[in-house]
Amino acid sequence: MTRDTPTKDVAMTETKFEPIPDPRAAAPVLSVEDLSVSFVTDGRRATVVRNVSFEVRPGETLAIVGESGSGKSVTSLAIMGLLPPRVSRVDGRIDLAGRELTSLSDKEMSAIRGRDMAMIFQEPMTSLNPVFTIGRQISESLVRHLGLSRAAARAETVRLLEKVRIPNAATRFDEYPHQFSGGMRQRVMIAMALASKPKLLIADEPTTALDVTIQGQILDLIKQLQAEENMAVLFITHDMGVVAEVADRTMVMYRGDMVETGTTRDVFHDGRHPYTRALLSAVPRLGDMGDTDIPGRFAIVDAVSGERIPAAPVVDTVDRAAPPILSVRDLVTRFDVRGGVFGRRTGAIHAVEGVSFDLHQGETLSLVGESGCGKSTTGRSIMRLVEPVAGRVELDGFDVLDLDGADLRRMRRSIQMIFQDPFASLNPRMTVGASVAEPYTSHRLGTHAQARDKVADLLERVGLAPDMMSRYPHEFSGGQRQRIAIARALALDPKVIVADESVSALDVSIKAQVCNLLMDLQESLKIAFLFISHDMAVVERVSHRVAVMYLGEIVEIGPRAALFGNPQHPYTKKLIAAVPVPDPARRGIRRDLDVRELRSPVRPLGFLPPERRYRTVSPGHVVMEDAR
Amino acid sequence: MTALDASEATAPTRGKSRAWRKLVANKAALAGLAIVATFAILAILAPLLPIADPLQTSWSAIRKPPSWSHPIGTDELGRDILARMIWGARASLSAGLFSVMLAVSIGVPLGILSGYLGGWFDMIVSRITEAFLAMPFLITAIALAAFLGPSLINSMIAIAMSALPIFIRLTRGQALAVKAEEYVEGARAIGLGPVAIMTRYVFPNVLPPILVQATLTVATAIIAEASLSFLGLGQQPPAASWGSMLNVAKNFLTQAPWMAVWPGGAIFLVVVGFNLLGDGLRDALDPRSA
Repeated sequence: MTRDTPTKDVAMTETKFEPIPDPRAAAPVLSVEDLSVSFVTDGRRATVVRNVSFEVRPGETLAIVGESGSGKSVTSLAIMGLLPPRVSRVDGRIDLAGRELTSLSDKEMSAIRGRDMAMIFQEPMTSLNPVFTIGRQISESLVRHLGLSRAAARAETVRLLEKVRIPNAATRFDEYPHQFSGGMRQRVMIAMALASKPKLLIADEPTTALDVTIQGQILDLIKQLQAEENMAVLFITHDMGVVAEVADRTMVMYRGDMVETGTTRDVFHDGRHPYTRALLSAVPRLGDMGDTDIPGRFAIVDAVSGERIPAAPVVDTVDRAAPPILSVRDLVTRFDVRGGVFGRRTGAIHAVEGVSFDLHQGETLSLVGESGCGKSTTGRSIMRLVEPVAGRVELDGFDVLDLDGADLRRMRRSIQMIFQDPFASLNPRMTVGASVAEPYTSHRLGTHAQARDKVADLLERVGLAPDMMSRYPHEFSGGQRQRIAIARALALDPKVIVADESVSALDVSIKAQVCNLLMDLQESLKIAFLFISHDMAVVERVSHRVAVMYLGEIVEIGPRAALFGNPQHPYTKKLIAAVPVPDPARRGIRRDLDVRELRSPVRPLGFLPPERRYRTVSPGHVVMEDAR
Repeated sequence: MTALDASEATAPTRGKSRAWRKLVANKAALAGLAIVATFAILAILAPLLPIADPLQTSWSAIRKPPSWSHPIGTDELGRDILARMIWGARASLSAGLFSVMLAVSIGVPLGILSGYLGGWFDMIVSRITEAFLAMPFLITAIALAAFLGPSLINSMIAIAMSALPIFIRLTRGQALAVKAEEYVEGARAIGLGPVAIMTRYVFPNVLPPILVQATLTVATAIIAEASLSFLGLGQQPPAASWGSMLNVAKNFLTQAPWMAVWPGGAIFLVVVGFNLLGDGLRDALDPRSA
C-alpha cells in the first residue's frame, strides 16, 4: 500500500498537505491545486466545487466519493476540460505530468485528451457509436493518435481487446456494439481508453450501470491493468464498497467541498468529519446482520454535528401461524419474441418460470437477482400489470389471476407498488396532494375533505409537512419524492406493497432513511413487503426472507440468516461473493470471476422447461438442485 | 448529468413561471407575440374602430392612392382598404384559429386513444392518417373546400380536416412515449381505468408539443385561408378577406399596387408572428434547454 500524505486539518475551508517523504515517491501524474468551479444559471453564479486540492501518483488510485450534488463529477470534467465553456468557470491549477491544463486552448486540450489522459463513463450503452464496428472505433484512434498503419492498428486493437480479457478478440473485431453486452462494452471502452497508454485514467462511475457480478469483473480488470501499466487512476464513485476495494487513497466530497482526504484505511476507520461518519454509517455491510432473524434499522449520523442517533430495535411483526397474505404458486409469465416479415412468433422470453412463494403479514420477502432475471416481472405479474400465462396467485382472499373489471380494481386496494425512479413515478402535472389523494378519491373511499385529512396524515407519516401538498413533484428532491410515492401507495391501506428497486436510485444516506421509514411503516401498519432489489447489502438489512432469482426461476429461498450464512446454490454464492464490501482490508482481494455473461431467458418455440427438483436445507430454506 | 447535479443545489423554480420567463426573455418570441396581439386586438375591435364601412362603394373614389380620407387607398369599387384590411383580419385570424381549434379538438383525443389503446383501433387510425399525410396540405384543403362549396365556414372545415392528420400523428407519438412512463404504470397500479389515465395522466403530459404545433399550424392555416379566398373558395364577396383582396388586386398590379401590398404584407407579418411565437414556445417549453 502506498504511504501517503495524511491531512492534519479536516475543516472544510482549509486543508494543508504535509509533504512526507515517500520511499516510492514519484512525481505526481496529476496535481490539482485550489480548484474551484462555478456555473452561471439564470444570471446567477453558483459555485459547485470549492478549493479542492489533490494529487495522484503513478500506479496509485485516488477515489473521489460523494453523493449527488457533491461536485465529484464536475471535478473530473474540469480536469478533462469538458465543461461547457460559456456557462462554467474554472479557477485554480491543474497540472498533468508537469503541464498546466487550465490555460490551454481547446485544440491543445483535445490533443491531451485521449493521449495523456483518458476517461471511461458510466453508460457503456451510449458511449459507443452504433454504426461502426468495435474494431474500427478502436483502430481509428490508433491510426490518428499514434500514426500506425491499418494493419498494425488492427493487430494492436486485437492485442488491446485481449488485454481487457474479451474472449475471441480477433473474431469479435468486426462486430458491432449491439452484439456486445453491457459488461463487454465497458471492456471495449476501457480498451479504447488504454489505446494510447495514458498516464491518467479517469473512471466516472464505471460500474454503476452494471450488474453486480459484472461489476466485480470490471473492478478486477481495472486493478489488473493498473498494475500492468503503472497508470494513475482517478476513480469517481458514490459506492463505499467500490472505494474500499479499489482505492489507495480516498477523498470525500460534500456539497462542493473536500471534507476529508487520506488513505482509504484512515478514512474508513478514523474518519473525522461528521459527514464521512454519516456516509459510512449509512452504508450497509454484507454480513453485518449476523444470525438475527429480523431486519435491522440503520443508525443515522447527523452530517453536520456528527451526532449518532442509534437505530431503534426492530420488533418482530410476523405471525407465521396465520395463513399467508400472499401466496404464489407456479407463476409463469412469457413474452413473445416475433420476427420475420409477418411478425411470426419465433420464440418467447421466459421471464418468470414456475415461481412459488408465500408472504405473511408484516413480513418482508426480498427477490434478488441481476437484470433480466425476472424479479420485476414477478412483481408486476402478481399485480396483473402484466398478464401471467399460468399459475395461481392468492392475495388477501382474492384469486388474483381470475379477476376482471370491478373485482380487479378492488383487489388493487390490497396491493400497491412503489417504483424505482422517483423522478418518473409521479405525474409531473399533478400537485403532490392530488397525487397522494388520487387512489383514495378514485376508489370513492370518502369525501374530498376526508381525502385532504388523509393526505395530511399520510404526508406526516412519511416524514413530510402536510402543507407541501399544493406543490408539484419537481420542487422536491429524489428522497422526498420517494416519500411521496410511498404516501401514495399507503393511501388505500394496502396489505402488501411491492417495492420494485425502490431505494436503488437514492443516495446512500437517503437510502438508509427510506429503508428505516419502510421498517417503521411495517411495524406500525403490519404491511408485508415484496422487496425487489439487486442490492444484496440492502436486502440483508431489510428482509425476513430472501429469494434468489436466476433466469426466471427461484434458485434458492430461505430465511435471511440461513441464506446469507449458508448459501447453497452456486449462483447465490457467486452473487454474494461479487458484492463489494466497504472494508479496506479487502483491498487486495481478487475474485477471479470468470468472464462469463449473464445468460438470456429467450427460448425457441416449443421449449419445455425442465422439471426442477428442490432440496430442503433447513426449515424454510429450499434450494434448486442444479441440473445445468 | 453533472449540470443536473449543479442545478439540484439551487432553489427550485416552478415549471410554469419558468417557461413564461423564458418566453418573455426571448426577443424574437416577444416580437411574434406583439405582432399577433396587435392584429388580434384590431380584428376584435373592428366594429368599434372609427373606420369607414368596408362594404361602402364609391364611384368617385375608385383605385385612389392613399389620401386623408382613405389613409391607405381605395380598391376597384372605391371601398376603403384600411377598413377592409381590418375586417379582413377577422376572417383570416378566425379562420386560422378556429380551423386549428377544430383540428386539435378532434386530433388530440384520437391521437391519445390511438397511442394509448393501440391494437386494431390504432391500426385503422394510423393507416388513414398516413394516407392523408401523403397528400399535400394545401391540395387537400382546396379539394375539400371545393367539395364542401365556397364559404368561409366550409373553408375553415376544409383546413381543419387537412391539418387533422398532423395532430393525430404528433399526439399518438407523444402518447406512446408517456404510456411508457412509470407514473402511468403507477396509475394502473392504484386501480385507475383507461379513461382516467388518458384524461389525467396522458393528456396533460402530451400538451406542450401540441401547443407548439398548434401555434405553427395557425400560420399555415392563415396562408391556406388566403389561398382558398384567392381562388374564390373561401370568404365570399362582398365580405372582406386578405386572400380575396389579393385576388382582385392582381388585375391592377401596375395601376394600383397598394391594393396588393397591404393584404400581402399583412399575411406575411401575421405568419411571421405566429412562427416566431411557435418557435419561442418550443424553446420555452423544452425542459432540455436549461
